[in-house]
Amino acid sequence: MTKVNMKVNISGVELKNPVMTASGTFGSGIEYGEFVDLNRLGAVVVKGIANTSWKGNASPRVAETFGGMLNSVGLQNPGVDEFIQKDIPFLRKYDTKIIVNIAGKTVEEYCEVVKKLATADIDLLELNISCPNVKEGGVSFGTDAKMVEYVTKQVKRVSKQPLIVKLTPNVTDIVEIAKGAEAGGADGLSLINTLLGMAIDIHKRKPVLANVVGGLSGPAIKPVAIRMVYQVAKAVGLPIIGMGGIMTGEDAIEFIQAGATGVAVGTANFINPTATMDVLEGIGKYMNQYGVEKISDIRGIIA
Amino acid sequence: MMEKLQLKIRMNEEIAPKIYKIIFLATEIVKKAKAGQFINLYCNKGELLLPRPISICEVNKKTGEITLVYAVVGKGTEIISTMKSGDTIEAIGPLGNGFSVDEEVKQHLIIAGGIGVPPMVELVKFLKGNITVYLGFRCNPILVETIKQYGATVYVATEDGSVGIKGNVMDLINQHNPVAEMIYSCGPKPMLKAVAEWSEKLKIPAQLSLEERMACGIGACLVCTCKTKKEQDWENKRVCKDGPVFWRDEVIWHD
Repeated sequence: MTKVNMKVNISGVELKNPVMTASGTFGSGIEYGEFVDLNRLGAVVVKGIANTSWKGNASPRVAETFGGMLNSVGLQNPGVDEFIQKDIPFLRKYDTKIIVNIAGKTVEEYCEVVKKLATADIDLLELNISCPNVKEGGVSFGTDAKMVEYVTKQVKRVSKQPLIVKLTPNVTDIVEIAKGAEAGGADGLSLINTLLGMAIDIHKRKPVLANVVGGLSGPAIKPVAIRMVYQVAKAVGLPIIGMGGIMTGEDAIEFIQAGATGVAVGTANFINPTATMDVLEGIGKYMNQYGVEKISDIRGIIA
Repeated sequence: MMEKLQLKIRMNEEIAPKIYKIIFLATEIVKKAKAGQFINLYCNKGELLLPRPISICEVNKKTGEITLVYAVVGKGTEIISTMKSGDTIEAIGPLGNGFSVDEEVKQHLIIAGGIGVPPMVELVKFLKGNITVYLGFRCNPILVETIKQYGATVYVATEDGSVGIKGNVMDLINQHNPVAEMIYSCGPKPMLKAVAEWSEKLKIPAQLSLEERMACGIGACLVCTCKTKKEQDWENKRVCKDGPVFWRDEVIWHD
């Protein structure tokens, strides 16, 4: 295989390749570090981090569905202080970029996390205004374009690292929301978060999830994600991290052709612990097969 | 480094209605595996994505074989049950913490129910001293002879009364009033809760193996949590990584 150029630039940060992990599916890399060489990842996007520790929702928190899964973890996390103390030093041992996903219930909470991260050795911030599993905040910010603009602006004001805003697909018009983030000063966009879903255990006549509803992820949602990346890439000038059901290099190429600069592997990690490496190799194989020298040559090529 | 392994199936047979015993060659897993740990098995069927976590029943260091005993409870385990000797199955493991065995302890009490019985087979092999085992089943007991063969005294209860006493493991406890220095337990939640309460009253330390719906199985996704005590507060621990075996004192039973 000839060496292909997979370098990508996301909001001023250069990644050796576009492959990263989707927040909440990879912890902070410690567990998957037993299966994959973290040095080979373009970036690790860590689990959502809040200003204090969050306990998360009751169990069961997972339901397998056709070609996908529902989760209702509810952003369980140790809080930003423990994260800075433990997870950043671990990840810094590797030659990969660190993207920190920010969780909060209020604008003040988001800002508090971001302020604490101002002096931390990290590369990018990903603002999670799209979690379907936390009632008080998250998704309620992400479904109104004006609110998206407002939250983005407030967080951008206190952030030291480039700010990516992660969007929810549970909206009528994703383009309007993306434009809101752009107007608020976002440096990039991540899409999509999970689709709100539900499963019922017909034998017990009860919802499978203790939280009743949860976020649908996995290959079942890929066409929705591709459509949204395509629409947003056409309408907004910001770099996009595309995600939603990426299982293979071909899936990643599909996102890139739709307009994504980066690609994040999420649920696939659970099915195949080395999924990120397989996606990376698959991208290389495609580039070789079609003589693509730079990955940017095929980005957003769908008219 | 760990990797997803392709394992050759040596046997996969129904040993009781809807209960299967699968043996595969897994030299890499055998080297590290201990009682109470589990293996993630993959169905390799498009729409069924997640691995099935199955506890280790027996490890054979000599032959490099692993035995699992599992119940067919859904589509995934149904697919696994159709796999034949000679087929390849994908797996990762061993996963989880497993039981801790203290050489000083001489009076062991194992309490297990239903599909919680299999991990006790490997455990019994490593316990020294007196081993008393209470097993409970709805009907159709499994692995009773296997556990006896490793030198344990085994008592059985069945809900239909077809084998042993009619009732459950708590009825066996009430009948025998056992003494023990350490308790090991695995089975349905109501049983574990009863064992926890009883052992707490008698102040006997107990290791409880919990079950929860999992996704990754390695501690990254946080879907399989269990409520545990933390100083003046509580926290959700990961059943797959911090467990599946927890000390009784750690677990909070009410929701």
